[in-house]
Amino acid sequence: MTNYIVPQNVAISDSGFLFQPATGESYTLNEIGKLIFKMLQSNSSGEQIIEKVCEEYDAEAKSVERDLEDFITQLKHYSLLKLS
Amino acid sequence: MNIAVTGLNATDNPGPGVPLIRSIREGEGFSGNLIGLIYDSLEPGIYMKDIASKCYLIPYPSSGLEQLYQRILQIHEKEKLDLIIPCLDSELYGFAKLQDRLSAIGIKTFLPTIDQLNIRAKDNLFDFCKSNGINVPKNILANSLQDMYSIPNNFNYPIAVKGIFYDAYIANNFEEALTAFNKLRVKWGYPIILQEFIRGDEFNVVALGDGKGNMVGAVPMRKLYITDKGKGWAGVTLDNPILMEISKKVIEKVKWRSGMELEFIKSAETGEYYLLEINPRFPAWVYLAPSAGQNLPYALVRLAMGEDVEPFTNYTSGIIFVRSSWDLITSIKEYEKIATFGEY
Repeated sequence: MTNYIVPQNVAISDSGFLFQPATGESYTLNEIGKLIFKMLQSNSSGEQIIEKVCEEYDAEAKSVERDLEDFITQLKHYSLLKLS
Repeated sequence: MNIAVTGLNATDNPGPGVPLIRSIREGEGFSGNLIGLIYDSLEPGIYMKDIASKCYLIPYPSSGLEQLYQRILQIHEKEKLDLIIPCLDSELYGFAKLQDRLSAIGIKTFLPTIDQLNIRAKDNLFDFCKSNGINVPKNILANSLQDMYSIPNNFNYPIAVKGIFYDAYIANNFEEALTAFNKLRVKWGYPIILQEFIRGDEFNVVALGDGKGNMVGAVPMRKLYITDKGKGWAGVTLDNPILMEISKKVIEKVKWRSGMELEFIKSAETGEYYLLEINPRFPAWVYLAPSAGQNLPYALVRLAMGEDVEPFTNYTSGIIFVRSSWDLITSIKEYEKIATFGEY
């Protein structure tokens, strides 16, 4: 999986509220979204994220991988993630 | 220090006078009186507590400069004005023409020159941006009905049809463009601006230029809530270096001397920012600037009084304003003071 980084000025709160200060947009992430976003912020790899989500939510790696790709596509669309 | 401010019309199409006064009152070390110059006895700022210490009716710009000057002389005799800050687009040319006469009687202003006002006018902005490498939507000036027929050679619909001073319509075809053209022609006269319509999100910047080409400060904002009149009713400060860079360039090139508001659109297609308009005064949301760490109105006061002002270097992003509507209660006796005697 390609490596991505979260832009430095993007902030996420403990409740999963996300603010993009370059555009003024704000978003709310659910628990899994928040977990993944925080792992992306701390430069975790795709494999590490999949492993963590499978472990926490008792899910299958294949379906987590597919959902993760969708989630990353959305984050890129909103400029919340860029190529490292 | 006695400062007179216009634009106390805190209505659903608000002037910047009330937030300007509020900002100056909060300026570090400020002491003095803030006096409202008003055009109508029901401008809400008159009746707001702790805004203007005194208000005076002044004649509309259409009454002519001499009438305005004579009225200012009367007010000056009573209040010993040190500074006037006009806040409305329609009065700026008049005050810019009067600035030498006002200076001669000891009243300072901090205004752009007539030439600077003209550079940013809607009919000249395109040329200014093009010659300075700033993205701007394509634009035709229509000075007659005949010019409308040149639209198909220049743009695809929809297009924006704008009046020279105010008002804009989006037209999806020639018939809609013609209707907008006729409305604007009757209301504001020629030229009518026919502008390429760029789809995307709107962004605004409030800024202050010192007249020597330096940007004293600037705060970018994105509207979060827009009324049916297109006015921002809530907004948030942004961390956006591109908008700051363009604003700085504009101020450097024009050597802008005053507050200003720059309106941008970020093209959904290319991601680039286009400068739509430059308003030659602080916007009605200017109180967001001191709230984010840059008291631009108070910096303008200090510049006008001849002080050296260090440019602001930072501000806080994520600061939100939410405008509210609130009924002020007054009595007919109070209203009588302003309506009959022209002062309150």
